[in-house]
Amino acid sequence: MSDSAAYGAVMARRAEILRRSTGIDYESFRRGRFAFDYESMMSSTGYSLDEARRIQAEVNVGSTPLLELRNLTGLVRSMARPGHGARLLVKDEAANPSGSFKARRSALSVHEAWRRGYPGVIAATSGNYGAAVASQAAARNLPCVIVQEVFDSRGVGQPEILEKTRACEAYGAEVIQLTVGPELFYVQLALLEETGYFNASLYTPFSVSGIETLGYEVAQDCRRVAGKDPDLVVITHAGGGNVTGTARGLRQAGCDRTLVVGASVDLKGLHMASDRDFNRKSFTTGHTGFGVPFATWPDRADVLFNAARPLRYLDRYYTVTQGEVFYVTEALAQLEGLERGPAGNTSLAVAVALARDLPAEAVVVVQETEYTGAGKHSTAQLTFARENGVEVRRGDPAESKPGQVIVIPERPEQIQAQASPLDELRRSYLRHAWQVSGGDLGQADRDFFPADLGASPEFVEKTLAALDAGGK
Amino acid sequence: MARAALAGNWVLVHRVVLPAGERAPSAPPETQTVPLEMRVKGFLVDAAASPGDTVTVRTLSGRHVAGRLVAVNPPIPPTFGSPVPELLDIGPELRRRVGGGRKEERP
Repeated sequence: MSDSAAYGAVMARRAEILRRSTGIDYESFRRGRFAFDYESMMSSTGYSLDEARRIQAEVNVGSTPLLELRNLTGLVRSMARPGHGARLLVKDEAANPSGSFKARRSALSVHEAWRRGYPGVIAATSGNYGAAVASQAAARNLPCVIVQEVFDSRGVGQPEILEKTRACEAYGAEVIQLTVGPELFYVQLALLEETGYFNASLYTPFSVSGIETLGYEVAQDCRRVAGKDPDLVVITHAGGGNVTGTARGLRQAGCDRTLVVGASVDLKGLHMASDRDFNRKSFTTGHTGFGVPFATWPDRADVLFNAARPLRYLDRYYTVTQGEVFYVTEALAQLEGLERGPAGNTSLAVAVALARDLPAEAVVVVQETEYTGAGKHSTAQLTFARENGVEVRRGDPAESKPGQVIVIPERPEQIQAQASPLDELRRSYLRHAWQVSGGDLGQADRDFFPADLGASPEFVEKTLAALDAGGK
Repeated sequence: MARAALAGNWVLVHRVVLPAGERAPSAPPETQTVPLEMRVKGFLVDAAASPGDTVTVRTLSGRHVAGRLVAVNPPIPPTFGSPVPELLDIGPELRRRVGGGRKEERP
């Protein structure tokens, strides 16, 4: 390999490659070592809600139906105290062109690439977003390259990601399939440099403003269907864009009292870049392996300043186990006739658990479904889990161990959402910033943190003071 | 029995992007000890080749990529797997629970 293509050499050119490939001068928004002007970045480089809706309509994205889950609501009420059991609604995002809400994100990114005359688009993603970018690139006749993390060193591919490879190629995209490791972005940067294509990152303002239309539609649809604002909107949380964009759209629709609830599959203990752990998980997204690190340090992304800032918007954060999501996926198919997911049903599992304790008048909106198919389906994932030495059994999901045992509930009552305290994530964020800066945080950063964490200035000062005192 | 590939055939190629020892510093130890590998599909540019040969392909984005030829017209791998007994009982169980209400609602 030439020296200029070595890992360190490419990463050293990261800022310049990103500036050219996104058209965003990220440095112009910098206000401190970590601080940047988030709202200016969003308003000057993203798209307004009206523009986003118009562009998405041009390419058949959005305006998905909000479906009433009558039988699941009935099931929840059969488990609830008298007068309890909230009404469950789901936004059928699988109805988008590429089968998931990711079409909304890619629509604006690919539009931006097209508008600015880039010769093609690149995205580094192993999930639905790759298919979404490929689908939108097809709709605008732009060449597309998707970089995926697919195989372990034995050459064994995660079935869900193999399905995404197939989908991207079906939409006419080139797919670079990599083995496990944190170098996905390195390969992406090298390709951006080689091709001059647009970086359709998941984390640009284009991508995140594309999801604002989803939050806005949820509000409008819910008012029409239920005659009121949603009490809870439950959102599967991984990289943070889904939470951020949906919450921003809800705010623009005036949903001031709606609680924004994040949901992730608990994969504690599995290292996402580990060659060994890679194929011991049944969910390739929507899990804590992305959800926690992207909440506690959003700027680990493939752009300088991540437009997805989940701690700004989350009111609650819950986890569920893989087995619980497989169970509700089966329930959604068998009781509602909707075969979707499974990964996109993470928020549904949390919604089922939370709805039980809410009054019957309350409305809980699950804001996405995703398409299912070979590789992604529950049967494919559980067959693969068994082949990789993971035990699958029915029982109490509390006994599940990520990478070792998947426990599928015996009764719906066993579906429990575990609260994940947001203050712990906020402290972890501050600890990281404190460590990276060597304890030397400027005033601009200290002023930036409360808004970026959705926390009070007192919380930030108290946490930083404790770090200063402890010296770690 | 692997068959030879001819120009224009749809093929899978493989190459090592970063050898073991040159991986990102942030990679965990078990990942550091293995290379970063890449697989990509495209139309064979060379006139003819056999598996194991170093060849060039034209990818779906129109790029030319060199690599070791792995397969000609590679199968599409994902399947639905096998039926999962632990899932098969869930539908009937849940339908029994909500079933009574359904019948009463019939006209």
